[in-house]
Amino acid sequence: MKIKLKSEEVKVFYKDFQALHGIDIDIYENRVTALIGPSGCGKSTFLRTINRLNELIQGTKTEGRIYLDQKDIYSAEIDVVALRKKVGMVFQKPSVFPMSIYENVAYGPKIHGIKNKAQLDSIVEKSLIAANLWQEVKERVHKPAAGLSGGQQQRLVIARVLAVEPEVILMDEPASALDPISTSKLEELIGELKKNYTIVIVTHNMQQAARVSDYTGFFLNGELIEYSKTKELFVNPRDKRTEDYITGRFG
Amino acid sequence: MGTKGKEKIITVLFWFSALIIIAILVGIIGYIVVKGISAISWDFITQPPSRAGKEGGISTTIIGTIYLTLVAMILAVPFGVGAALYLEEYGRKNTRFGYALKLTAETLAGIPSIVYGLFGFVFFVIFLNMGWSILSGGLTLAIMILPTITRTAQEAVIAVPQEYRSNSFALGATKWYTIKRLILPAAAPGIVTGIILSIGRAVGESAAVILTAGSSLGMPLNITDPARTMAVHLYILAMEGISMERAFGTALLIIVLIVIINYLANLSLRKLARQ
Amino acid sequence: MKRNKINERLVEILLRVSASASVLAIIIITFFIFYKGIPLLAKVGIIDFLFNLNWNPTKGSFGIGAMVIGSLAVTLSSLIWSVPLGIMTAILMAEIAPPKFSGILSRLVELLAGIPSVVYGFFGLIVIVPMIRNYLGGVGLSVLAGAIVLGIMILPTIINISRDAINAVPEEYKVNSLALGATHYQSISRVILPAARSGIITAIVLGLGRAIGETMAVLMVTGNSAVIPDSLLSPVRTMTSNIVLEMGYAAGDHQAALFATGTVLFVFIVILNLAVSISMKAGTEDGN
Repeated sequence: MKIKLKSEEVKVFYKDFQALHGIDIDIYENRVTALIGPSGCGKSTFLRTINRLNELIQGTKTEGRIYLDQKDIYSAEIDVVALRKKVGMVFQKPSVFPMSIYENVAYGPKIHGIKNKAQLDSIVEKSLIAANLWQEVKERVHKPAAGLSGGQQQRLVIARVLAVEPEVILMDEPASALDPISTSKLEELIGELKKNYTIVIVTHNMQQAARVSDYTGFFLNGELIEYSKTKELFVNPRDKRTEDYITGRFG
Repeated sequence: MGTKGKEKIITVLFWFSALIIIAILVGIIGYIVVKGISAISWDFITQPPSRAGKEGGISTTIIGTIYLTLVAMILAVPFGVGAALYLEEYGRKNTRFGYALKLTAETLAGIPSIVYGLFGFVFFVIFLNMGWSILSGGLTLAIMILPTITRTAQEAVIAVPQEYRSNSFALGATKWYTIKRLILPAAAPGIVTGIILSIGRAVGESAAVILTAGSSLGMPLNITDPARTMAVHLYILAMEGISMERAFGTALLIIVLIVIINYLANLSLRKLARQ
Repeated sequence: MKRNKINERLVEILLRVSASASVLAIIIITFFIFYKGIPLLAKVGIIDFLFNLNWNPTKGSFGIGAMVIGSLAVTLSSLIWSVPLGIMTAILMAEIAPPKFSGILSRLVELLAGIPSVVYGFFGLIVIVPMIRNYLGGVGLSVLAGAIVLGIMILPTIINISRDAINAVPEEYKVNSLALGATHYQSISRVILPAARSGIITAIVLGLGRAIGETMAVLMVTGNSAVIPDSLLSPVRTMTSNIVLEMGYAAGDHQAALFATGTVLFVFIVILNLAVSISMKAGTEDGN
């Protein structure tokens, strides 16, 4: 099994506060990796080191190395823009841009230089199909995206990420703002997407991690306590703290 | 590297725009300070003008400015603050009356001062027979600054924590007592900011004033006397080429006043932010 | 207890009266501006009044066409440079500069807004007008001088309203755009500015309203000859200047014609403002 992402000794500081204390993890290609842990444990911070989004917050310092296909994304010659094209991200709250459904999906490809209308049409359609949204919106792709329901908006955001043809998709609690039906649709979608993408999902919902992921990492206080196959971690946790967390004794 | 190079140029352009703004401000203020400072003297401030302003000081125009501003404030502040209290404290903001008032305030704020001048001229000066006077000018200015005072007072009142009201009512206080003893003191810095900003506007106004208060150089004693403000004096000195030296001096005094007013407004805003 | 109640009632009535003052003011203003202006507009005919180029009030010819063109020429040429500069500055303050610098800049802009129009006019008259005369030719008193002075005066309006509009755009738009691999500037131009569009348009419209109604500064630097300007260097007379210049000695129909000019300005500005506040309301509704 190929290692898509590898982190070594990743530390993150917000001014005086150290949020991550050296994270080492291997993330496998075409698998879903879930990161779980109580809030404030550093799982989202780690996720944001993978596309270097932490850099937007002033006073943040990142140490250590993250390899994407054996290339260190923190080395000087890496272009952040190219990195973010390869590593897409879905956020907690779906944030559709105030434009049409079509323009939302076409946003990334246009930024990356695609101008041909037919090509854009096909990218938009393919992405919406891949995000399981096409059937619901194909009649109104030129209508404002703000008119979609919350669950549809989250799938639109995923389509928008797919449209730039990433290799890795990061998801930061993507279902936390959704109702149960939309959540199950999203989980189904994640299962389909892993055929073509490597997915890292942060969730505080352990059932969700168990349902969708192949591997799970448990974070606590800025450290990766335990990382293994999802089944093993949930059935046979090696660390006492992991056991306490998954049995609901804290968090 | 192509986009990166381009973005660097764009960044430079953005900073350049700020530089232009700063240069304009420094240029105007600096020029007037440098050219006007030699005209300023004790006599310039305390002596009345003579020979239409060619000689003497500008004391009557300073008095005229203060007089007119004072009258405008006395008229506008109670109405502005009262309107704000009515809208916010008596819950009339979302009624049809409240909406009409909001639209009115926005409209009043947008009307050019020359139109106020025309109105003041025909209504106060002629129709109500007040003549060119401090009273006509003050009434006209009061209407012009009413929207500013109302809006800032509204914002100040909104910012007062809701708990003040519920706690006061729970103690059995009446609405007016609560307003008088809690809301108004807490909102005071915000209200004062609005008043200071309005003073700035009144001091600098010229188009409306020249049509309603006239441009007489005499010392205004009575409220029914005509008066010339510093702004109007500057206009006449410069346009009629009476005395450029005195024009510079007057402009400098106006600028100094505006800078002080601006500083005070900021001070009281910061006091509000600290609360 | 009863006294208290009467007292409370009295206060409420008093406050209601003070709240009504501005409504009353706008009614009286509207009435008198129309009452003085409409009869002449009716007599001359609105089309003739606005488009006739011949202003010769003592001989009974009341066309403000040249002044309408003058106002438009000065206003539009002031917008041409102050709108881009103002929006650039607003973007810088909201998106690029460190907050501390933006704070200082914003206070400077406040100061710029506080400087009275006569001071701008005076500065224009003694600095800008001679510069134009010496370097570009003509008498200096010109459309260009008016455009420079007016542009400076409306910069604060454009900067403040645009900046507020840009600041109001949700932070997530930017984060999402960056996460899709857009650069900061691509995010600004493709998501942030389009999302702030209605606010920026409001800024421009209010700036336009302010420019067209501005009087003293323009009056002091544009030379005021009631002819149609044929270049940026020609002198020009605006509608507002015309009112101040002639109000002092006008009588009868002549004075009525000046009021009619005021009526035209008043109606124009009120329509502009109402359009803005109605479209802002519509804007907040489809934003959800």
